[in-house]
Amino acid sequence: MNRRDSLKALGLAAAGGALLFDSCGPETKADKAAATGGEKLPGVQEFEHERNQQLANEQFFTEHELATIAVLADIIIPADDVSGSATDADVPAFIEFMVKDIPSYQTPMRGGLKWLDVQCQRRYGSVFVDCKEDQQLTIVDNIAYPGKAQPEMLQGVAFFSLVRNLTASGFFTSELGVKDIGYVGNRPGVWDGVPQDVLDAHGFADGWG
Amino acid sequence: MISYQIKENPTVFDAIVVGSGAGGGMAGYVLANAGLKVLMLEAGPFFDPAKDTLQLRWPWESPRRGASTVRPFGDFDAAYGGWELEGEPYTRAAGTEFEWFRARMLGGRTNHWGRISLRMGPDDFKPTDGVTAEWPITYDEVKPYYDRVDRMIGIYGTVEGIHNEPDGIFLKPPKPRLNELYIKRGAQKAGVPVIAGRGSVLTEALPGVEGRGTCFYCGQCGRACRVYGDFSSSSCLVIPAIKTGNLTVVDNAMVREVLTDDEGQATGVSYVDTKDLQEYTVRGKLVILGASACESARLLLNSKSAAHPGGLGNSTGLVGRYLHDSTGASAGGFLPQLLDRKRYNEDGVGSVHIYSPWWADNKKLSFPRGYHIEYGGGMRMPSYGFMDWAANVNHLVPTKDGQQREQGGYGTSLKADYRRFYGASVGMAGRGTALARHDNYCEIDPSRVDKYGIPVLRFHYKWANEEVEQAKHMQETFKEILHEMGAIVTSSMPGPETSYGLEAPGKIIHEGGTTRMGDDPKTSVLNKWCQAHDCQNLFVVDAGPFVQQGDKNLTWTILALSMRTAEYILEQRNKLNI
Repeated sequence: MNRRDSLKALGLAAAGGALLFDSCGPETKADKAAATGGEKLPGVQEFEHERNQQLANEQFFTEHELATIAVLADIIIPADDVSGSATDADVPAFIEFMVKDIPSYQTPMRGGLKWLDVQCQRRYGSVFVDCKEDQQLTIVDNIAYPGKAQPEMLQGVAFFSLVRNLTASGFFTSELGVKDIGYVGNRPGVWDGVPQDVLDAHGFADGWG
Repeated sequence: MISYQIKENPTVFDAIVVGSGAGGGMAGYVLANAGLKVLMLEAGPFFDPAKDTLQLRWPWESPRRGASTVRPFGDFDAAYGGWELEGEPYTRAAGTEFEWFRARMLGGRTNHWGRISLRMGPDDFKPTDGVTAEWPITYDEVKPYYDRVDRMIGIYGTVEGIHNEPDGIFLKPPKPRLNELYIKRGAQKAGVPVIAGRGSVLTEALPGVEGRGTCFYCGQCGRACRVYGDFSSSSCLVIPAIKTGNLTVVDNAMVREVLTDDEGQATGVSYVDTKDLQEYTVRGKLVILGASACESARLLLNSKSAAHPGGLGNSTGLVGRYLHDSTGASAGGFLPQLLDRKRYNEDGVGSVHIYSPWWADNKKLSFPRGYHIEYGGGMRMPSYGFMDWAANVNHLVPTKDGQQREQGGYGTSLKADYRRFYGASVGMAGRGTALARHDNYCEIDPSRVDKYGIPVLRFHYKWANEEVEQAKHMQETFKEILHEMGAIVTSSMPGPETSYGLEAPGKIIHEGGTTRMGDDPKTSVLNKWCQAHDCQNLFVVDAGPFVQQGDKNLTWTILALSMRTAEYILEQRNKLNI
């Protein structure tokens, strides 16, 4: 079998070469169902699928906690001129799933959210979500920079790092995040080495360096 | 309701093969093609990459976005299994460590391996270091089988003429990615050679081979390939062998023991159906074990009889001894030259594009043998945790318009940083020769059974000075390469307190040596044809027969030796010896 046959076996040959490489995009609707644990993909084992569904049907965070996560996630990844925000990519739902999938996140997340509310209550007289935007950003400034945070803020720093990592994971693995970061693979193609203009820009003579 | 009666299969097979990975698959393939009636028993389910792959799925198709919570290499990795299996424990003697990876599925661990396909060299079979043990066979005796495996299964690479890194019959290799060009340049400055990778991926059509597609460069060999464009035992060996009409595969069949007669000859095996727990026995004229080095040793040790009181093939007490994995250590960083890099598809192949074969002169070193280096990095498909590192290092390099970031952060500047750092990471990992030692072994734990009632393994394994010194050398080399390529190191450079980042034994998933071959029946379990000294119609075709592996990943040698053993079986049958 040659490459054309490979593509035929993938059910893609009919689409034709150029179309194939430019627009062999994701099939979003079916995929969303899979992501919520609704549909079992071929190759996923029965026990894995059952576990996914079970986790999807459980609820860990309270509504208040999820609302706080949503505000934090959009502070970490807001919309800009390239793409939407963390909540546009359903990051809070992803974080809800992950703390059930990796239970060791539960206490740091729940405790961290509580820590944040207690700090805000003391400083501003209301919980984080009810604070004004500049108040929210002031406290985030205290915990978002490990290199210059005050010692009494270190628990907050650890919590914020965890939320930042989960937010980045959730965002950049979503459809809009993959597009944002510019990953253009995961489709049939031909690899013939680094493109010539990139070789030139980096000072390599040819594809073998 | 479970029937407690043991069901006996009325057929007497010419051969029973236990396990469907590289070793079992090849033996089954050769024997079925020669017309023997073969039964293959696999502990896990049937798996066909054409239907069961998660290739070309997107990260959002996994609710955990590919995190490794369930499968150790993430949700999209093809391997069913891991270092821990529900209901199938193993134990470790106090003060020792071993991690045992098992894949329970057709094709075994060939479903997720790196497809890195290196031949052991002349000095690996007959070492010159005065420390490591020699094999009863030479490279020249194995070479014809390596050649045939190359032609039959396919491998890319370049002819280099390096003495202990023998060339094969190669398809064209994939060109390096951008980060790999930097690695190559930096490594060469550090005195470390870098050559094209050697992987079992069809970068071109393989002459004379039907039913397999060529690579379409998604870089996802580890997810199993829908068009059979790479090597896995299911697609290249077992499924084609089934088509001969001579191979019967029973899946979900966990073998309990090898049955023997009064003379001690193998007569068949007993197994349990893992789905309904029904017990079976089946008879065969030959029994061939390819269950993986430790699983085959376990099976032999659990097959006790009057003729074999210490376990089948174990009159020497050596079954389970000389267990050895590869050494492994790694380091990483990022390349400032690759920040804000141009986007294009560099998925490439799912095996390595480049690697460094062992280069150094051991006379100047504190350890025997050596290691090779595998490299990583690039603009990979996003998956869980893949950009976490960026927020830890964003203060180290100014942005292209000269702004200095504070470490961490949030908002549009952080979002821009993730884009800035994407594709700039670089990693390297050493894989080296660990010594096969009598004192590193697995045995039957006297007090534990698994969920099928089968006694489990207890491991005794400790690294020694040779392995630790090798890991130290790896770290020093990695640091030099990263420095010479202009990278900023982000991994901690581990010191003696962690044995220089030396991974626990078993973590590299290259274990072998548990049924070592040799000419002397007093010091080995198998003869040089992988036939048990104690039982003429019993063979082992996984990595158990390895006397001492080199730094070369095991699979290509397992395939070559299994082919050699299967042909020896055919020859001995013709002579009516077995």
